[in-house]
Amino acid sequence: MKTFFVFVSKEFKHIFRDKRTLIILFGMPVVLVILFGFAITTEINNAHIAVLDLSKDSYSRKLQDKIAASGYFYIEDELQSFKEIEKSFSTGKIKLAVVIGNNFGKKLITGQNAEVQIVADASDPNTANIISNYLMAIIQNFTAESGVLSPINLNIETRMLYNPENKSVFMFVPGVMTIILMLVSAMMTSITIAREKELGTMEILLVSPLRPFVITLGKVVPYLALSIINAMTILLLGLFVFHMPMHGSYPLLFTEVSLFVLSSLILGLLISTLADTQQTAMLGSMMGLMLPTILLSGFIFPVSSMPMILQYISNLLPAKWFIIIIKSIMLKGAGLESIAFETAMIVLITFILGILTVKKFKIRLE
Amino acid sequence: MIEEKVIIAKDLTRTFGKFTAVDHISFDVKRGEIFGFLGANGAGKTTAIKMLTGILSSSSGQATVAGFDINKDRNRLKENIGYMSQKFSLYEDLTLKENIKFYGGIYGLNNAEIAKKTGEIVERLDLQEIENTLIAEIPLGWKQKIAFSVAIVHNPKIVFLDEPTSGVDPITRRQFWNLIYEAAENGITVFVTTHYMDEAEYCDRISMMVEGRIEALGSLQELLTKYEATSMDEVFIKLAR
Repeated sequence: MKTFFVFVSKEFKHIFRDKRTLIILFGMPVVLVILFGFAITTEINNAHIAVLDLSKDSYSRKLQDKIAASGYFYIEDELQSFKEIEKSFSTGKIKLAVVIGNNFGKKLITGQNAEVQIVADASDPNTANIISNYLMAIIQNFTAESGVLSPINLNIETRMLYNPENKSVFMFVPGVMTIILMLVSAMMTSITIAREKELGTMEILLVSPLRPFVITLGKVVPYLALSIINAMTILLLGLFVFHMPMHGSYPLLFTEVSLFVLSSLILGLLISTLADTQQTAMLGSMMGLMLPTILLSGFIFPVSSMPMILQYISNLLPAKWFIIIIKSIMLKGAGLESIAFETAMIVLITFILGILTVKKFKIRLE
Repeated sequence: MIEEKVIIAKDLTRTFGKFTAVDHISFDVKRGEIFGFLGANGAGKTTAIKMLTGILSSSSGQATVAGFDINKDRNRLKENIGYMSQKFSLYEDLTLKENIKFYGGIYGLNNAEIAKKTGEIVERLDLQEIENTLIAEIPLGWKQKIAFSVAIVHNPKIVFLDEPTSGVDPITRRQFWNLIYEAAENGITVFVTTHYMDEAEYCDRISMMVEGRIEALGSLQELLTKYEATSMDEVFIKLAR
C-alpha cells in the first residue's frame, strides 16, 4: 500500500511540473466550454432582414411591426422593387427578405390567399432554415391573431420541451464534458505510460517489486481524480455561466461520470499497450478517439440523420451513450430507470475493452 | 569454504516463434563477483537479462537468481536485485532527492532508511550542491553515477547493468568502474553487459555470447590463453566469426 502512495505522489509531481499538461488539464475545459457556449451557437438574435412591401396597407404594416417586435429580427432595409432583393443579399447586409404581396389586407379580410414570400440566403443552410422557420411561425401567429378567415384554420403551436429557448449551450455543455473527460482520461493516461516506456523508466518499474497491477492503478488513479474535478468545473460553468438547469440527482450524475471516466481510462490503457512513444499515443488518441467522438457521438451532428453504417458505429462509442445520459439527467431530471439501457451499454463496452486490455497486457509481459 | 552462487543458469532457453534468441545457456555467478556478459548486438544478451530479472519467462531450462526461481518466485527475486539500463532511467522532472526517495520507496524502504541512503549517496558522489536540482539539468556523467547509486539503493544481492557506460567519456567511465568495484567489495554481485572490450578486462570473469549461445567463459587470462590473443578485442573478433 505504501508503495502505491509513493507511486501516486510521483505521478502528481509529473502532472504539476509539466506546464503543457496543466494547460490541457485545467485551461482547455474552460476555454472549450466558453468557446462553444458563446461563439458557436444555433440561436438567432437580431437576424438582419429586408422587407419588400407591395401593398403598403395597415395589415402589411402590422405584420412588419410584429416581425420587428419579436426580437429575433431586425429590419435592416425597406425595399422598393424585386431587383433590390438580389442587391441586398450580395452586399451581405441581410440573411433573409420578406415579400408581402399585392392587396395583402384586402385579401386577408375577404378570405382570399394573401401572399407572403420568404427569400432566404441558403449559402448558410442551417441559419437559413432556422430563421425562415422562426419567421413562418410569426406569420402564422399573425394570421391567427388578426381573426380573419385563413384558408388553413389550424393554429399550430410548437413547444420546445426541456430547452424552451432552444439554447445551444444545453447541447454543448454535455458534449464538451464528454470530450474533456475522454481527453483527460484516455489521452493523458496513454501518454504518461508511453512516456515511461520512451524514457526507459518502465523497464526499471517492471524489474522492481511493484506489481504491474499497482503500476497500472497508480497511473490511473491520479487521472481519475483530475477527471472528476474537470467534470465539476464544466458543470459549474454550465450551471452558473450559462444557466443550464440541473433537474436530476447529483449522486446519479457523478456515478455516471465515474463510469464513463473508467471506460475512457481503460481505453487509454489499451492505447498505451499499442503505443511505444508519446507521439504515437497522442496521435492514436486523437485519431482513434477525439475525431470519432466529436463527429459520431451526436455532439454536433444528430446521430439519427447519419447513414445507417455510421449509426451502427456510433453505438460502439461510450461517448454517444454518455451524452444522452447527461442530457437526460440534467435537462429532464431522469432517474436511473430511464437511462438504464444507456448505462448498460457503457458497462458492456467498458467490460469488453477491459478484457481486450488485460489480454494485450499479458502478451506484452508474457 | 564453499563459494556462494547467486546466479545459477542451466540450459536456459528462450524462443520467439521459430527464432531461438537464447539457446541453452549454462553458467553460474559467485557472490561479490563482477561478471561481464559480452556479445555482439542481437546475440541474445538483452533477452537473457530479461529472463534473469524476472520480466520474461523462459521457454525451457532453469535458473535461480539470489536463490529464487526466475519463473516461480519472481516477486521475491525482484526484491533482491537492482537494475540499471543504458538510458540511466531517472525521472527528469524530479530532483535528485525525489528520485532516490521514489526508487527507495518502491523497494519498500522507510523514510529513515531513505534519508540515510540519500545522505550517503550525496556525500559519496559529492552532490551537495545539486541535491535539489531537477535531473534534467544535471550532466550525463553524473546522471550515470546517480542511476547506479539508485539501482543499489535497497542493497540488492545482485545488480544488473545493461550497457551502463554507453555515451560517456573515458574519465567518467573510469570513475564509474570505481563505484562498481566498491559495490562488489560490499558484497553486491555485479552482472554487467558492455560493448567496450577494454571494460571487459575489469571483470572477474567474462562470458561471450554468439548467436544465442555462450561460446566462451572464463577469466580474462584464461580466455587470452585459450584463444591465443593479446586483448579481448582479438578474442571477440575470433569468436564472432
